[in-house]
Amino acid sequence: MATLLLLTVILINFFTLGSARLVACIRAVAVQGALLALLPVVTHGVNGHSLLLGAGALLFKGLFIPWLLLRAIREVRIRREVEPFIGFVATLILGSLVTAGAFIFADFLPLAAEHHEGLYVPTALATMFSGFLLLITRRKAITQVLGYLVLENGIFIFAVLLSAALPLMVEAGVLLDLLVGIFVMGIVLNQISREFSTLNTERLTALKE
Amino acid sequence: MLLLLILFPLFAAGLSLVLPWYRVRSWLLPVCGGLHLLLTGYLVASPGAVIGPWIGIDALSRLVLAVTSLLYFGCSIYAVGYLDLRRDRGNRTMVPCLLAFLSAMTLAVTARHLGLLWMAVEATTIASAPLIYYNRNRLSIEATWKYLLLCSVGIALAMLGMLFVAYAAMVGGNVPVSLQFDVLLAGAQALSPPWLHAGFVFLLVGFGTKMGLAPLHSWKPDAYGEAPGMVGALLAGGLTSVAFLAILRAMQLMIAAGDGAMARQALLGLGLLSLLVAAIFMVRQSDLKRLLAYSSVEHMGILAIGVGIGGLATFGALLHLVNNALTKGCLFLAAGNIQRAYASKRLSEVRGAMATLPISGGLFLAGFLAITGSPPFGPFISEFTILRGIFAGGQFWVGLVMLLLLATVFIGMGATVLPATQGEAVPLETGFHDSLLLVISPICFLLLILLLGVWLPEPLRIALTDAAALLEVTP
Repeated sequence: MATLLLLTVILINFFTLGSARLVACIRAVAVQGALLALLPVVTHGVNGHSLLLGAGALLFKGLFIPWLLLRAIREVRIRREVEPFIGFVATLILGSLVTAGAFIFADFLPLAAEHHEGLYVPTALATMFSGFLLLITRRKAITQVLGYLVLENGIFIFAVLLSAALPLMVEAGVLLDLLVGIFVMGIVLNQISREFSTLNTERLTALKE
Repeated sequence: MLLLLILFPLFAAGLSLVLPWYRVRSWLLPVCGGLHLLLTGYLVASPGAVIGPWIGIDALSRLVLAVTSLLYFGCSIYAVGYLDLRRDRGNRTMVPCLLAFLSAMTLAVTARHLGLLWMAVEATTIASAPLIYYNRNRLSIEATWKYLLLCSVGIALAMLGMLFVAYAAMVGGNVPVSLQFDVLLAGAQALSPPWLHAGFVFLLVGFGTKMGLAPLHSWKPDAYGEAPGMVGALLAGGLTSVAFLAILRAMQLMIAAGDGAMARQALLGLGLLSLLVAAIFMVRQSDLKRLLAYSSVEHMGILAIGVGIGGLATFGALLHLVNNALTKGCLFLAAGNIQRAYASKRLSEVRGAMATLPISGGLFLAGFLAITGSPPFGPFISEFTILRGIFAGGQFWVGLVMLLLLATVFIGMGATVLPATQGEAVPLETGFHDSLLLVISPICFLLLILLLGVWLPEPLRIALTDAAALLEVTP
């Protein structure tokens, strides 16, 4: 079950890397967040801690943040990511390379005995790398936010392995920080589009040496 | 008591959201800042470490808490005068965000749980983003966007580093898997070294982004350049110290695990790189606030070098943290006044500040002399102590490179500051004049660093020694 979940997460990584339609990308990241919300329950069984963590993740990552982003792009009327710094095919190839790299690399890591089998660590690494790729290769500010979210999702997978170390209060705080952060980013996004009438970050280059 | 210190600014932030009067809202800042300083003074003066499972105060946090609280109080007095000048922009977002920022900084300084520390540092990013965006123009949007995105990604990496540290406990066995700092510190020997090292690197990169160590500093000139002067002061003096404290926590872990040497080398490398990058960009820099931002990168580098060398240099670095915070406070506030007066912060317009604005111009010049390490100001003593530590440690080349870069910085910064401050008076179109509220804080900061330059009070010396001792424990 966990393996199936994690494989779907990797597929969604590829989808976001290869798709030009922003709404589809946001929906994909929402689905990814919602799937990850199941992960604590699948991994640690049904108990109070994992249920609350899952519910929090579902609420924030699966519903609230995507809603915020969808609202943001509805207001600025942007549908497509055009001309990324690196083409879609090239990003997809890079994405498969880093995913393969993540699987090979995870084999060499000195993992705890119980984590040698599962796909947790390679998936976490691959998702983080994909997030980075999105952050680096795209021009639209909103795709950069998506990249940040995918990066956070990767970290979340790793965090699920360690839920003993993270008390519920801290997890709730982390999710809340993420939410408020995205909220503030959404406000800034709005201001960018109002001021520059575009969401392309290459216009944001007045400040440099 | 400690909880009160964290919660009451948050309460005041809520209060400021509903208060309808402009001036009352402005005055809420110094009231809270003063109260915070009083409570901090009481906490810092009461001896012994108070350490709970979530929050607590040890020698390091005591030092950083006192510095940030003092700086915040000064800036909050300035804020009243500043917000009076900026009635067009309003203070409806400024005041709550500044208060929430104070609360988040206090939480970050006192956190004893790495997860809580992370939350608090991320909260400072979020609370300060609207402050940078205060001027609401294209440039400030760009600065805010870069700040938010870079710092958020950086902090996400710090989160990963933290998880690696917890994983080190899991792989190592024999230690409870926890992110409570004291538990980790006690069981540091049993942590799995590869994971701990990876964790340290990510924590260094993550919090280093926040602190503005090169090559992760690229948001800094933009954010400091576009934010109002007092926000720049709070970020450059307060927030960087808080981020540095977070790095020191990671360092404490490494030292307790017996891997202090590796951590020191990493810090030393980043420190020298920061100094180099700052020196390069400060030469021919024509924007006063961007100049100060690179100066901040430089001084973060000096802090990292000091701790990287260890021994006497650690003491020097902690003293430098105090000096840097106060001097940056003085410089940014004075630069803010100059910018208000000339309606510009570029060298092409700012000329003859000393003659035009005797107090602010003089403060800016004196602050420049102080920050570049001229006697008799405090930074001279702390930089000298660090250099003594470097040469005593036999790191001859490091010392030489550092001296050379400090000289470059002095020349580069002087080439901008001197033309801006010297020369004939120019008629001002803005009608700005030095008012008491706008100059009293930078004057006090300057007097304090002058005092620290000639006399190191005994309680401060003891506090610094105690704090340095936490970073010098050899297992």
